[in-house]
Amino acid sequence: MALIADTQVKLDPMTPVPYRVARLNDELSDTFTLELEPTDRDISFAPGQFTMLYVFGVGEVPISVSGDPGRRGLLVQTVRAVGPVTDALQALSPGDYVGVRGPFGTSWPMEAAEGHDVVIMGGGIGLAPLRPAIYHVLNNRDRYKDFVLLYGARSPQELLYAQELQEWGGRFDMTVLVSVDVATRGWTGSVGVVTKLVGRGPYDADDAVVFLCGPGIMMRYGAQALLDQGVSGDRIYVSLERNMKCAIGFCGHCQFGPTFICKDGPVFPFKDVEKLIQVREV
Amino acid sequence: MSEAMVLDRSGIDQLLSELRDRGYTTVGPTIAEETIVYDEISSTADLPVGWTDHQEGGRYELEDRHDDKLFGYVVGPHSWKRFLYPARAVIWAGERTEQGITTLPPEDPPRYAFLGVRPCELAAIRIQDKVFMGNGGPPDHTYSGRRNEAFFIAVNCVEPGETCFCTSMGTGPRAGGGYDIALTELIRGRTHHFLVETGSEAGEDVLAALGAARRVGEHDVTLADDLLQEAALEMGRKLDVHGIKELLQRNLNHPQWTDVASRCLMCTNCTMVCPTCFCSTMEDSLDLSGTTAERVRTWDSCFTMDFSYINGGPIRPSRRARYRQWMTHKLANWIDQFGVSGCVGCGRCITWCPVGIDITKEAAAIRATDGLLDSSRVPIPEVTS
Amino acid sequence: MSAIEAMLGSQSFFYGMEPDHLATLAHVASPVDYEPGDVIFREGGDADACYLILEGDVGLEMMVPGRGPHVIQTLHAGEILGWSWLFRPYRWVYDAQALTPTKAIRFDAPALRRAKLEDCAFGYELMQRFTEVLASRMQAARLQLLDLYGSHR
Repeated sequence: MALIADTQVKLDPMTPVPYRVARLNDELSDTFTLELEPTDRDISFAPGQFTMLYVFGVGEVPISVSGDPGRRGLLVQTVRAVGPVTDALQALSPGDYVGVRGPFGTSWPMEAAEGHDVVIMGGGIGLAPLRPAIYHVLNNRDRYKDFVLLYGARSPQELLYAQELQEWGGRFDMTVLVSVDVATRGWTGSVGVVTKLVGRGPYDADDAVVFLCGPGIMMRYGAQALLDQGVSGDRIYVSLERNMKCAIGFCGHCQFGPTFICKDGPVFPFKDVEKLIQVREV
Repeated sequence: MSEAMVLDRSGIDQLLSELRDRGYTTVGPTIAEETIVYDEISSTADLPVGWTDHQEGGRYELEDRHDDKLFGYVVGPHSWKRFLYPARAVIWAGERTEQGITTLPPEDPPRYAFLGVRPCELAAIRIQDKVFMGNGGPPDHTYSGRRNEAFFIAVNCVEPGETCFCTSMGTGPRAGGGYDIALTELIRGRTHHFLVETGSEAGEDVLAALGAARRVGEHDVTLADDLLQEAALEMGRKLDVHGIKELLQRNLNHPQWTDVASRCLMCTNCTMVCPTCFCSTMEDSLDLSGTTAERVRTWDSCFTMDFSYINGGPIRPSRRARYRQWMTHKLANWIDQFGVSGCVGCGRCITWCPVGIDITKEAAAIRATDGLLDSSRVPIPEVTS
Repeated sequence: MSAIEAMLGSQSFFYGMEPDHLATLAHVASPVDYEPGDVIFREGGDADACYLILEGDVGLEMMVPGRGPHVIQTLHAGEILGWSWLFRPYRWVYDAQALTPTKAIRFDAPALRRAKLEDCAFGYELMQRFTEVLASRMQAARLQLLDLYGSHR
């Protein structure tokens, strides 16, 4: 392995660190999970953080880390193919290399949630940045009280991590409620928008800490439903998303009002962004 | 603090020559395409000697002064960010080999000596220092490499321009620091020389090596002080910065944004000429053999539709939202992010806007009707510009 | 207050209703049980009741020719099932089927309609609460329509 000679270059946050593709698993028709092995330095990350994945000569995209934060040696990232770079990622095979920068951003407040009921609420691909938080709670189960996962997707075929959802649903120390917008034949679960799951889980609204992630509108309505239920606004956390080019606060693209989503976010307490989220096109 | 010293024009030529001997590329104002730009210069003959500029919203003209003033103008469309934070810079280059991806070592940054840096520009550089080097994380190496090597010869402004408002922003007309050498051009009768002050060890060192500076009496210092005090009162524009951060942040739904958007062409000139605008994007390329890749950072602008694109569309599709983003970032959000305003009062955005949109007037219009909402029936005050 | 009135008053749908209104409701109420697969009502049938689900899950379905029955929404404990009884022609618009063992309170619709006419205050209370349910379901349906999870490339 040709080593990077200049130490400064090695630590430079704009230098991609090479990782080798170990596996590429299809999740849904346009969504897949990369399992990456470090070749040089390994990174450790906190739930909710993201990396910039670089395809040689094609470009970079910000992707949440969706693996187990307690497990080193493998970087797991779920990607949705929506453009040239993510299409290129989908075309990779085991043995190919990608560049990884990061991890960047703020994380789900796992410590602050200790001793409380934890509600994880995801919509669509929003489950990917939440999965490390789910793993963390399950790996440290006795530090948290009741644990509820509320998940919504468009249809039964578009449930992300469907196998794990079933496994988690079978656990006695966790409740999983799933709802789809559009049912198909044979679906015997809930049908309806995911915000309707709020209030159906066995958690105490006065005590619960909620991590919320999904399309922007879903987070807004979800947060409102939680507030209506009596969950405190400073115990609801959301993960916001904006266009990113550098992930380190230099390119200006990810600004949301005065915050840089790459540095001040992506995880925010809902009460900090509640007002600005309501202003159009900020 | 050094004693009052002056240099003649020949002394400035010696200064440029000394700096080149020390390995600097000397850059300063010069005329190109009927505009005063910043480019490589070798002597004072390259400067716009005897020229001045007339600026207004959407207008820039040069006029012969019929004198020998070296610095009788203000700022043009270029700023020093052109050199410190180039419009195109290779941020990373790498090779694909069997072992994976290897990073190629970066090139050494060039060493620039800048002649003619105005106080507002020094302030802009200090602001970009905060953005790229001082914001809590690792610095941007392409910026810090050039900036730390650069030598600054400031020029105090004794004749402010029609679109200047550095006094409103607290950035001029006198340079407050951040320079190696500062010059104030003094013409009195047939005397024409430059009051020179040093602001760093490097500046003292270079000046001493010239041996060309001579002492003068207090009257030159007094003259300079007087000229600069008068200049402070002759600014072409004013911006009331009192509480401006809160003012703009609470007026995100003000009808003025719709009004200015109806005039704005989204041409991005203002962001290109602004000395503090720093938004960038990355271009990726591959050589023909597919083994060497480059990531090139280029200037970008929040006025483009692409800028805020995610998930199938831009977050800010309307022109109203994009103008609002620029101005609230520059005058308000910047203060939350970096502790200072993003505006130094250089007036370039006013001069180089093809339709003459004036940031000072837009801010004043909002201030005059603080709290007005777009859905209101109160007529929008007429804004002429 | 009878046991059934007290129970109704504690349900969030009827929360805050006057005791005599609760009494009117209790008068036309009866408990019902369903097994999984039981049809509660069919599209086109006479909308002669509305239901408050106490336990279990109910699926609202529409039969799409060529595609079969589609569950368009599921309703759960605490939710009201059936609003067609409020508006002419008083016919069900969907099928409703119990998906799990379900317990509900059935309210006789013709009796409720008479009670609304006789007591305007009672009628107003009911309409207010039903309108909120309809508004919230319409909003939810619109969110479902937006296909928020789609990639829109």
